[in-house]
Amino acid sequence: MQHVSPIREPLVTGGKTYHDITEDVSRQVEAKPNIRWATALAISLVGLAIFAYSVYRTLWYGIGEWGLNKTVGWAWDITNFVWWVGIGHAGTLISAVLLLFRQKWRSSINRAAEAMTIFAVICAAMFPVLHMGRPWLAYWVLPLPNTFGSLWVNFNSPLLWDVFAISTYFSVSLVFWYIGLIPDFATIRDRATGPIAKRAYALLSFGWTGSAKAWSRYETVSLILAGVATPLVLSVHTIVSMDFATSVIPGWHTTIFPPYFVAGAIFSGFAMVLTLMIITRKVYKLEDYITIEHVESMNKVIITTGSIVGIAYITEFFIAWYSQVEYEQYTFINRAFGPYWWAYWSMMTCNVITPQLFWIRKIRRSLTATFIISIFVNIGMWFERFVIIVTSLHRDYLPSSWAMFSPTAIDVGVYVGTFGLFFTLFFLFAKYFPVVNMAEVKAILKSSSGVTHSHTKTMHATEKELNTNTRHNNE
Amino acid sequence: MKNRIKYWKGIEELENTPEFQKNAQNEFPEFLPVNENGEEASSGKTKRRDFLKLLGFSMAAVSLASCEAPVRKAIPYLNKPVDVEPGVANWYASTFFKNGDYNSILVKTREGRPIKVEPNTSSSLTLGTGPRAQASLLDLYDNNRLRFPVIKGDEAEWEEVDRQIVERLANVTGKVAFVSSTIISPTTKKLIREFGSRFSNFEHVTYDANSATGLLAANGGVIPGYDFSKAKVIVSVGADFLGSWLAPVIFAKQYVETRRVNPEAPAMSRHYQFETWLSLSGANADVRVPIKPSEHSAVVAAIYQAVTGNNGGAPASAVTESPVLAAAIKELKANRGRALLVCGSNDPNVQAMVTAINDAVGAVGSTIDPAAPYYVKQGNDANMLRLIKEMNAGQVGAVFFYDANPVYHHPLTEAVVSGLAKVPLKVSFADRVEETAAFCDYVTPDHHYLESWNDYEPRKGYYSFAQPAISPIFTTRQMQDSLLTWLGTNILYYDYLKDNWRSAERGDFDSYDKFWEQLIHDGVYESQTGTIALDIVNDFEPVTPVARPVKGGPGIEAVLYEKMTIGTGEMANNPWLQELPDPISKATWGNYVCMPRDMAEEMGVTQGEVLRVTMENGKTIELPALMQPGQAKGTVSIAVGYGRKVQSMPVAYQLGENAWPLAQVVDGIILYSGNVKLEKTDALHPIAQQQTHHTVMDRLVVQESTLSQYLENPLEVTEYIKIATADGPKKPALVSLWDDYEYKDHHWGMVIDLNSCIGCGACVVSCQVENNIPVVGKAEVLNRREMHWLRIDRYYSAVEHEEGDFVAMEDPAENPSVIFQPMLCQHCNHAPCETVCPVAATMHSSDGLNQMVYNRCVGTRYCANNCPYKVRRFNWFSYANNDKFDYHMNDDLGKMVLNPDVTVRGRGVMEKCTFCVQRIQLGKLEAKRENRRPKDGEIVSACAQSCPTNAIVFGDMKDPDSKVSQLLAREHQSRAFHVLEELNTQPNVTYLTKIRNLA
Repeated sequence: MQHVSPIREPLVTGGKTYHDITEDVSRQVEAKPNIRWATALAISLVGLAIFAYSVYRTLWYGIGEWGLNKTVGWAWDITNFVWWVGIGHAGTLISAVLLLFRQKWRSSINRAAEAMTIFAVICAAMFPVLHMGRPWLAYWVLPLPNTFGSLWVNFNSPLLWDVFAISTYFSVSLVFWYIGLIPDFATIRDRATGPIAKRAYALLSFGWTGSAKAWSRYETVSLILAGVATPLVLSVHTIVSMDFATSVIPGWHTTIFPPYFVAGAIFSGFAMVLTLMIITRKVYKLEDYITIEHVESMNKVIITTGSIVGIAYITEFFIAWYSQVEYEQYTFINRAFGPYWWAYWSMMTCNVITPQLFWIRKIRRSLTATFIISIFVNIGMWFERFVIIVTSLHRDYLPSSWAMFSPTAIDVGVYVGTFGLFFTLFFLFAKYFPVVNMAEVKAILKSSSGVTHSHTKTMHATEKELNTNTRHNNE
Repeated sequence: MKNRIKYWKGIEELENTPEFQKNAQNEFPEFLPVNENGEEASSGKTKRRDFLKLLGFSMAAVSLASCEAPVRKAIPYLNKPVDVEPGVANWYASTFFKNGDYNSILVKTREGRPIKVEPNTSSSLTLGTGPRAQASLLDLYDNNRLRFPVIKGDEAEWEEVDRQIVERLANVTGKVAFVSSTIISPTTKKLIREFGSRFSNFEHVTYDANSATGLLAANGGVIPGYDFSKAKVIVSVGADFLGSWLAPVIFAKQYVETRRVNPEAPAMSRHYQFETWLSLSGANADVRVPIKPSEHSAVVAAIYQAVTGNNGGAPASAVTESPVLAAAIKELKANRGRALLVCGSNDPNVQAMVTAINDAVGAVGSTIDPAAPYYVKQGNDANMLRLIKEMNAGQVGAVFFYDANPVYHHPLTEAVVSGLAKVPLKVSFADRVEETAAFCDYVTPDHHYLESWNDYEPRKGYYSFAQPAISPIFTTRQMQDSLLTWLGTNILYYDYLKDNWRSAERGDFDSYDKFWEQLIHDGVYESQTGTIALDIVNDFEPVTPVARPVKGGPGIEAVLYEKMTIGTGEMANNPWLQELPDPISKATWGNYVCMPRDMAEEMGVTQGEVLRVTMENGKTIELPALMQPGQAKGTVSIAVGYGRKVQSMPVAYQLGENAWPLAQVVDGIILYSGNVKLEKTDALHPIAQQQTHHTVMDRLVVQESTLSQYLENPLEVTEYIKIATADGPKKPALVSLWDDYEYKDHHWGMVIDLNSCIGCGACVVSCQVENNIPVVGKAEVLNRREMHWLRIDRYYSAVEHEEGDFVAMEDPAENPSVIFQPMLCQHCNHAPCETVCPVAATMHSSDGLNQMVYNRCVGTRYCANNCPYKVRRFNWFSYANNDKFDYHMNDDLGKMVLNPDVTVRGRGVMEKCTFCVQRIQLGKLEAKRENRRPKDGEIVSACAQSCPTNAIVFGDMKDPDSKVSQLLAREHQSRAFHVLEELNTQPNVTYLTKIRNLA
């Protein structure tokens, strides 16, 4: 049996039983939609409509509907892209890396975090397509055999690496997430009463039987996918950062970018997970599954990554000075004191200063404080990308081309609209999919629920079937 | 026979009818109806196959009808016209002349339509063309030109118009006046005189919107034969001779001859400029002193006194005491015979002093050729003023307006309008219903100059011709033909012209026809015999070289100036010119009040705030303010040529305000300055500038040095950046991660001499015309989305600052030195754009070009972001066939100007300078056909060809004898530098350091 330190707080509180877990989670799926959910979905749909309209304007009239110009060729589009991709980092980190590191506290949050990853990557993927002048030819960036002669993509281009990185990440995350959902879908299927629900969940659960063989394969696949997904957590943002790092533009051309971007992505991803989880646990009454302990653990990740990001900001300044390249130096002075100083200092405040409050245990364990700070981090990380992209471009080498960027209503509409898209997907998910991984939570129940279980034998059997983490433990 | 079971194949076989028996032998049964003949169809039944056919047809018809496919007729030549080869350009020599701006040109036509204007290299007056000559092509395809003659606003037939005019001319009482701007056509002038001889009281009134009356009065009715090329010292007092004064393209050619430096002849002229507004000439000057308009006469008088010893009568002021003026005077005196003073004042007394000064410094015979005066301005303000009086007095019976629009640009507009009401017969030859034509009874639209025959004499003895490059697009008629018709002759102007040239010296030609053909072919003719003399009337009042008292005072003085783009406003409907930025302010699409920064700070005005300007004559206009470094303290300047409020000029409609009424009439001359009152209004009106950051931020992107340094050591005038390596500092090109391309046949390159570049912008328009670059309009320029592939960066020197003080170096100095840098795709050999394109839409050619494949481009804009020179342009919208961009690419006539060799880019693709790849390709193909290498000079980019000062040299760097190779060899390690060399982009465009001859 696994040893659980007595001073560690239990991961599941409230003395839950297996049945309670099934009840608590499935209740949301089985109950009639409540008015709060419907209202939230309606608001999201308004956001989605804004998205649809802004996209229509962009596609029908052209990218000129945005505020870009000859000097600043990317602004909100790529800012939003990097921001959403960053947010999409937490899910895989929680489910894959923490799985490999056997961090059991991940069990109750990984489902929602992974869903968030998928939806965030969908939102992110909108931008590389939408920002193209001719999005109907977007498939040209794929190395497809074609009849245009021997036309091939340019493997030198970081944008192409992006295509591979994002699509790989998306597919792996999707499969990983879905595999995890299958046993839970089966649970819901077995409990379902309506004919439509029965059929739908039967279809979604791929005929899961719950046999030992099925569980065994499930565990194996999860482990393999975790292994595949783990390098992706590092690779995606590394490659996204190369969009900038491999260019010649001062402020972009920076070797520190890959680690700095990965840290930033985890930082923003955890912040977003927190923002969403604090709401979900409240609305779905999942306080016993997503505990203060969880929130605190995540806050610790935030303070770590936030500090890494902060050091990266300072390092950039140091290197700019150390390089003795006048363009590089000016870019950083311009970031902090030029016309976009407010964006820079917003970033510094939100990303570097606010997370430091988590050193204080009280704040770290306060839901309200965590919620507010997580919002700050979300804002700060958006500004980070804006600062990197716009303030580097708007004053690059030749002063004759220096220009300012200001967004149009369509720019704002596309960004706000992706929230509509995100939350529409998220609310649909929260209603129709089990938001907590029942199977995995059940697996940690005995080891970490705060309730003493006397039937060790039964527990052994259960663990063998359910818990990968403890399977090979030396008891 | 055995009775076997028979399996029948069908009912027919079972029944075994005779019909079946007959058909059974045929391989293909015929009884299936194939309904083709009328007999079957008349049965009224639809057969099975017909049904399918009908279904298919109606489906196709319905879907076609719903698609509303536009019908576009392409009519092939039934008989190929002589000399027209599809795909092969024809060139015709012609001449562009508009209010002083003279250009001897060649017109490139494709399949019968002119598509490009290039300089006529046979002319010894001009080297290239000005921006207006380049843009004039589009006026030909202007949809707003009149398509027919007009009687009182209604469409009419030429016969009817002729009948009425001839009838009314026969009964005319009072004076017949022919009002025109300057005409430099000897034959036209002769014809007008002949026309006038029919009437007892006829006057040909010549008046120029931007008048040179003062200069003419002081020089016997002609412009002195300036030759800047012979000058060692040039002093200009308010004369923007490179931009807007008299004949800038001619002067630019002469001027630049004294500005080029090379190791063999390291000499330069020194150019002093005293002026109020920062003009193009001021920007090129070595020493520039900002002075108020009221101080012009004092400066001239001071020089006059110092040089001739006579008192000019102007009071001394701070300017006259300045050491710079003393230095200028000293140099004028020291360089006897190699000095030249020019002055832009329209005050005859001041000009008389200038003439005397030039006499005294021995300019006549060297820097002024007395035998070859200029004729590009002949207007006499007094005559026009007198005519306005006569019109108002009812003494004028008929008036003709040719290239003259006094209702728009005469300061006494109200008097012109009231006078016109009293003239019984008013005829305008305007090509559209502009301000004056709107008051005329008849508008008999003149041809565009590219549809006309004519001759020109801009300078005595220098002739050129115009010939039709296209048959008239509309039912217009050349003014000269109209006059001939009204004279009652059947002669065409072509014959009249040809006949008039019979007296010219023929040289070796045995027949006149052959000579004439040669004349028209060459387009230019230079002869000093004077047999074809331009009719010059010297009716100017004699003047004395004594300055008249000027009202100076402590108030704010304003000066009106002509922009080198829009000029006097005649071509304001030309979107190319509207979008061409002013070379100094970089502003487009409208005028504004230029003011020095300290005045703006004093008044609390920021850029774009609308000011109400009230002239001392009571006229008021409201325009936004623009901070203009170099503007003289206590002065503002306002460009003329805007504020067109006529429907026939939709492009210019309500852009800016008309500043002409602010000009003042004083003692029979028009003065373009005076005291003004400025008031703030609450309005804000953004100014569309193509460049909004004005200093170079102490960066080495553009380099300059001084002549003294150059003389000391020409190898030390340019700073070359070295990269620190373990083996010591190295040239950036030697520290590379990349493999170099190998160029086997050609390696195209360009050298831009910053010493020769005067920043005029001719190359910008030329590039726009050649490469079908769209016009985007004011709103999009404000969005910083202009499409020009070639731009001219203009940097001001910054205020005094400490090294690294980035805030201070953003502010231009009060009187900055100015440097121009044409910036285009550098065609880098290690191009940052090429590596980042995900679809390889931009790549390197085997002869060194950085190519852009529009069809492959998906529009990620990564290349533009990664371009350190920011020369890539993105099609944010569809600029062709889009009502939001209602310029020439949105109507069928305007599209005729498009170059058929260049793709019109669609929305969402990137574009940029191609080094005129279509020309390179044509040149290579032509050489290949003749089985030889292309000769140097055969292949030139549009910018290089049009440059009026030959600042741009284009050629094959692989050819050691090419001009570009030799220049590079000569300037290696001396003046040749690459922009941002430390990035190791290895550009194919090389710049030559600017050398200033500082005092």
